[in-house]
Amino acid sequence: MLSIKNLHASVNGEEILKGINLEVKAGEVHAIMGPNGSGKSTLSQVLAGNETFEVTAGEVTLNGDNLLDLATEERAREGVFLAFQYPVEIPGVSNLQFLRTAVNAMRKHRGEEEMNAAEFMKLAKEVSKQVDLDPAFLKRGVNEGFSGGEKKRNEIMQALLLQPKLAILDETDSGLDIDALQVVSNGVNALRADDRAILMVTHYQRLLNHIVPDYVHVLAGGKIVKSGGRELALELEERGYGWLGIKDEDTSN
Amino acid sequence: MATTDTEVKELIKREYEHGFVTEIESDTFEPGLNEDVIRRLSELKQEPEFMLEWRLKAYRRWLEMDEPEWAHVDFPKVDYNSISYYSAPKRPEDMPQSLDEVDPELLRTYEKLGIPLHERAKLAGVAVDAVFDSVSVATTFKEPLEKAGVIFCPISEAVQKYPELVKKYLGSVVPAGDNYFAALNSAVFSDGSFVYIPKGVRCPMELSTYFRINAANTGQFERTLIIAEEGSYVSYLEGCTAPMRDENQLHAAVVELVILDDAQIKYSTVQNWYPGDENGKGGIYNFVTKRAACIGKNAKVSWTQVETGSAITWKYPSCVLRGDNSVGEFYSVALTHNYQQADTGTKMIHLGKNTKSTIISKGISAGRSSNAYRGLVKFGPGADGARNFTQCDSLLIGDRCGAHTFPYIESRNKSAIVEHEATTSKVSDEQMFLCRQRGIDPEQAVSMIVNGFCKEVFKELPMEFAVEAGKLLEVSLEGSVG
Repeated sequence: MLSIKNLHASVNGEEILKGINLEVKAGEVHAIMGPNGSGKSTLSQVLAGNETFEVTAGEVTLNGDNLLDLATEERAREGVFLAFQYPVEIPGVSNLQFLRTAVNAMRKHRGEEEMNAAEFMKLAKEVSKQVDLDPAFLKRGVNEGFSGGEKKRNEIMQALLLQPKLAILDETDSGLDIDALQVVSNGVNALRADDRAILMVTHYQRLLNHIVPDYVHVLAGGKIVKSGGRELALELEERGYGWLGIKDEDTSN
Repeated sequence: MATTDTEVKELIKREYEHGFVTEIESDTFEPGLNEDVIRRLSELKQEPEFMLEWRLKAYRRWLEMDEPEWAHVDFPKVDYNSISYYSAPKRPEDMPQSLDEVDPELLRTYEKLGIPLHERAKLAGVAVDAVFDSVSVATTFKEPLEKAGVIFCPISEAVQKYPELVKKYLGSVVPAGDNYFAALNSAVFSDGSFVYIPKGVRCPMELSTYFRINAANTGQFERTLIIAEEGSYVSYLEGCTAPMRDENQLHAAVVELVILDDAQIKYSTVQNWYPGDENGKGGIYNFVTKRAACIGKNAKVSWTQVETGSAITWKYPSCVLRGDNSVGEFYSVALTHNYQQADTGTKMIHLGKNTKSTIISKGISAGRSSNAYRGLVKFGPGADGARNFTQCDSLLIGDRCGAHTFPYIESRNKSAIVEHEATTSKVSDEQMFLCRQRGIDPEQAVSMIVNGFCKEVFKELPMEFAVEAGKLLEVSLEGSVG
């Protein structure tokens, strides 16, 4: 489904991604791990089309279509979803309005009829229960005054609503307490499907106890330095990144 | 109101069968302003003597005044002698004969704004439609108004029919010598609206749809007077979300509201005059004096305005809170784009006891535009227990525009309370990226973010109009991203 070949990207002239190669098939869950500054978040942002980053070389295709040729919103409509690490607030715009606009943009792209407010309300209420959010939050401004946990649950809720082909989850576990982590994980597990690929970017292995990946990759210095199965994550937890010859400033885990 | 094309055509045909005739004045004055011009204007309008005297007095005041230069706007001097102060309505044969002859760009905008089909032709100045409008729309609304005793007519008609009311109230809120543009307007006002709501009457409808149809071509010196007698209520809607094109560059209007004991006027404006092109060429200069006098106790007035048009806007709808416990409100959204300049805000003059005022101002700047809020909150010695709350928020789109806030507070009463809050924010790249990542078009994203920013003001607009105002922002912001 997703194919990344020799991807190079830089920001302000500094190269962050230095030749990423990755194949993700439909139905698979891949975890991208690595120390801070290894390029994990950059990879997520570049895949989603953040224009702050400049792609200098390489190729990315989704089901054969060249993603790098598409604008951010076009990628989204083709099924690329990014759950943000730090979701931004949009004051005054209700969650409900924002989500309906997004869902209808996708529907329109697929040539489907747009949903009216009542239909959408019903759908949104159902989905909000899946991530344990009080439907009252739908009326609040987008991420406005949300706690860290609420923001992350809101991101997963959006993934459930938009039903992407490729879901990229950027540090979705950061800043969550153990209960919230469980709720978010349940949401992500509900996303798992035969026709969907999930790319999970995480610093810590604890998330992988809840969402068991098919493959684990270690990113360091802008390249994937090691790939393996579930057991690689456990090994990383036990031994840190040092044995791979990687310096990790953050050893608090 | 589902009016199909055929229905419209049917109606038009019917009016012609009824033999509708419009008298068309054939002359247009030579450019230039002097006492003779004013005499001729007054005569042409068949005004009573007092009106002519009033105009002449205003003109003499105007001659002694200087054009104000304190506003945060910049434009070449207006040559008042190059303007024609009376121009006859266009003859039908000089107007476009059908929508096919109208600029397709204009029609595209009407469609985007959701302007009903039967109004589009009128707004675009198509000849035949004027006939259709003046009969069908006017009569539908006139009956219930007459029944309630509400007077709603062109001010030129009121001068003849209700001279006592006009004599009593015209200039009572905005005196002829109030300021340079008000003096000019008083001398040469072309036409406008007159509204009188009798004691205890709640106006049975919003004076809006009717006005939208009839407001066109009131000229560049518009004059409006609204009087709400004791315990009455009226909601008045001025303007139109459709882009208004006008060959006159200078517009200097005056609006006066008079509110007696326990009465309320809700005055909503959407201003979408031609703002000039993307290089700052052309566009209307909109220099307006709007003021409400709450002369009775417990009187209430609210100004709600959405301003997206004009090359230059100079406008401060104000409230004089003379009656005890009277309330003034000002809710404003001012959007500037390309090279537009706006200097707008309000004045709240607290004179009576326990008077209250609220100011919510939202300025949005895009392109290379400049947007200034200027507000005065003043408490007189008798304004015991008066209070004001002011909130001024500015939103910037891009990095070449400017937002400015000039709040003035003068208090001569120790018990008065003022609160002032101000914020400036930007439509951030992060917000845009979030929206686009969810599949939303960049332009739709900007408009959604801006709409969110304006929410507190939009909720003060009549329901139907709030939706239109939202769409208007969307259209006005076109080309502000990318």
